Amino acid sequence: MNKARRNPFNIAAMHGALILYTLIALFPVFVIVINSFKSRKAIFREPLALPDAETFSMIGYQTVMKQGDFFLYFQNSMIVTVVSLFFILLFGAMAAFALSEYRFRGNTLMGLYLALGIMIPIRIGTVAILEMMVATGLVNTLMALILVYTAQGLPLAVFILSEFMRQVSDDLKNAGRIDGLSEYTIFFRLVLPLVRPAMATVAVFNMIPIWNDLWFPLILAPAEETKTLTLGSQVFIGQFVTDWNAVLSALSMAILPVMVLYVIFSRQLIRGITSGAVK
Amino acid sequence: MGNSRIKWHIVVFLAPAVLVYTAVMILPLFNTLRLALYTEVDQSRVFVGLDNFRTLFGDPLWSDAFWNALGNNFWFFFIHMLVQNPIGIALAAMLSHPRLRFAAFYRSAIFIPTILSFVIVGFAWKLILSPIWGIAPDMLAAVGLKSLYAPWLGKEEYALTTLALVSVWQFVGIPMMLIYAALLSIPEEILEAAEVEGITGMAAFWKIKLPLILPSIGIISILTFVGNFNAFDLIYAAQGALAGPDFSTDILGTFMYRTFFGFQLQLGDPHMGSAIATGMFAIILTGVCVYLFLIQTRIRRYQF
Repeated sequence: MNKARRNPFNIAAMHGALILYTLIALFPVFVIVINSFKSRKAIFREPLALPDAETFSMIGYQTVMKQGDFFLYFQNSMIVTVVSLFFILLFGAMAAFALSEYRFRGNTLMGLYLALGIMIPIRIGTVAILEMMVATGLVNTLMALILVYTAQGLPLAVFILSEFMRQVSDDLKNAGRIDGLSEYTIFFRLVLPLVRPAMATVAVFNMIPIWNDLWFPLILAPAEETKTLTLGSQVFIGQFVTDWNAVLSALSMAILPVMVLYVIFSRQLIRGITSGAVK
Repeated sequence: MGNSRIKWHIVVFLAPAVLVYTAVMILPLFNTLRLALYTEVDQSRVFVGLDNFRTLFGDPLWSDAFWNALGNNFWFFFIHMLVQNPIGIALAAMLSHPRLRFAAFYRSAIFIPTILSFVIVGFAWKLILSPIWGIAPDMLAAVGLKSLYAPWLGKEEYALTTLALVSVWQFVGIPMMLIYAALLSIPEEILEAAEVEGITGMAAFWKIKLPLILPSIGIISILTFVGNFNAFDLIYAAQGALAGPDFSTDILGTFMYRTFFGFQLQLGDPHMGSAIATGMFAIILTGVCVYLFLIQTRIRRYQF
């Protein structure tokens, strides 16, 4: 080890730069959350001060609770995200297994066909998707969103999962076949448990974009009873633009669920990105 | 291996994914491209060939808005390439230093903006930069730079750049993570061999590490390109569908949304919307092809 690589000055400078950038990254979230607990006057007088006994106020949250149906929005987001992830993982793993396990005519072609969607965003087809949803009566249903997100997530899921399934030992599967297990049992009982880490990576990659999406909820399911949390907060904030307490509280409430998800899954997410799953 | 016998389990395994993907993604994609060749006359669909594109590129009523959105979109992308990726690389280079403590903490904290929705990010920055609330001017005043403050999001000449920087702030975590992973995968022996030759510190970064992470930089660039040319949410959340002030923050995504759904007095036009979507498709496809056939094949990859 050369001494240039353990120069204490360099390390201190790096900490300085990283702390500065961390502050830049967290500052807006911090400002929004602390001000959501303050009275209107305090928000404007001392925007950077923490709420204290005198300035503390929950008035914003009360307005949000009264005016917006955030529990319903939250429930919709939850249903859409969880069900979409379930289908992405199930269908994606099944297709990945077929592509990585069996030799059949058109295998490579099928793999390429499914991989097309990794780079082409599904939003390009929005006009026709809306037309289709109108024709099938799925507009303003959560089903429309689930279908779109499933289709959007499948290409990358198939790609990542088939990479991992190629690494599952053939001996294990062949032993299963000799024991008379059907191909379905081999897939569900032997292979799926072995690729669980890859499934978790796929789930985490898809979860946040689905939860945060604004485009498709806005276009396919803008009705009050199908609004997702992202669309619900957008509309709510748009209506209450001058009520700063309500806006700040709504923002804080929208931040909360994603932060909880992040705290639970951040290790998985970071491991997924750094293990080269997206190379 | 009877070729005539269909292996049903393969069909069963493939069918759900292929059906959903084809029905909800591929068919609508081609249908949208097809719709761009039609128009509506007296409530019935009429084939007009390339007329919509002629209108879009040539009729001043449309083409001004289109070229404006396209130009803005390129500027948006340019800012990302110029600011987001270098900052991401610099952060990753620092985080991957073997003796740096708290690296995991910095990494998780800096990634937080990336997980927030555009709605939160757009409004949060709108409030912070707002002259009414005064956080931005007060902070600049605290360091004696108050004269630099302007209501950036309200000024035509600054709004787009400001939003691009907000988007950079949000997404810098992605290049940081990917480059960080690439840097960690460089074997220690290579760096030690370089040290024996006297190449350390910044020189080691420029001469050894940077060439080795070029493939990751390529991936980040194409991800940024695709993401930027199909962006919509942040502009919509911060400036609304009209992408104000005076369309100065209009990009292809917001332009397509307005055209498709209509705004103010103009009625929505799915066929012109499809024409814009076709344009976006062509741009993204070109970008992806340039990456796959020109860039990716020329970048030297090193196997460790």
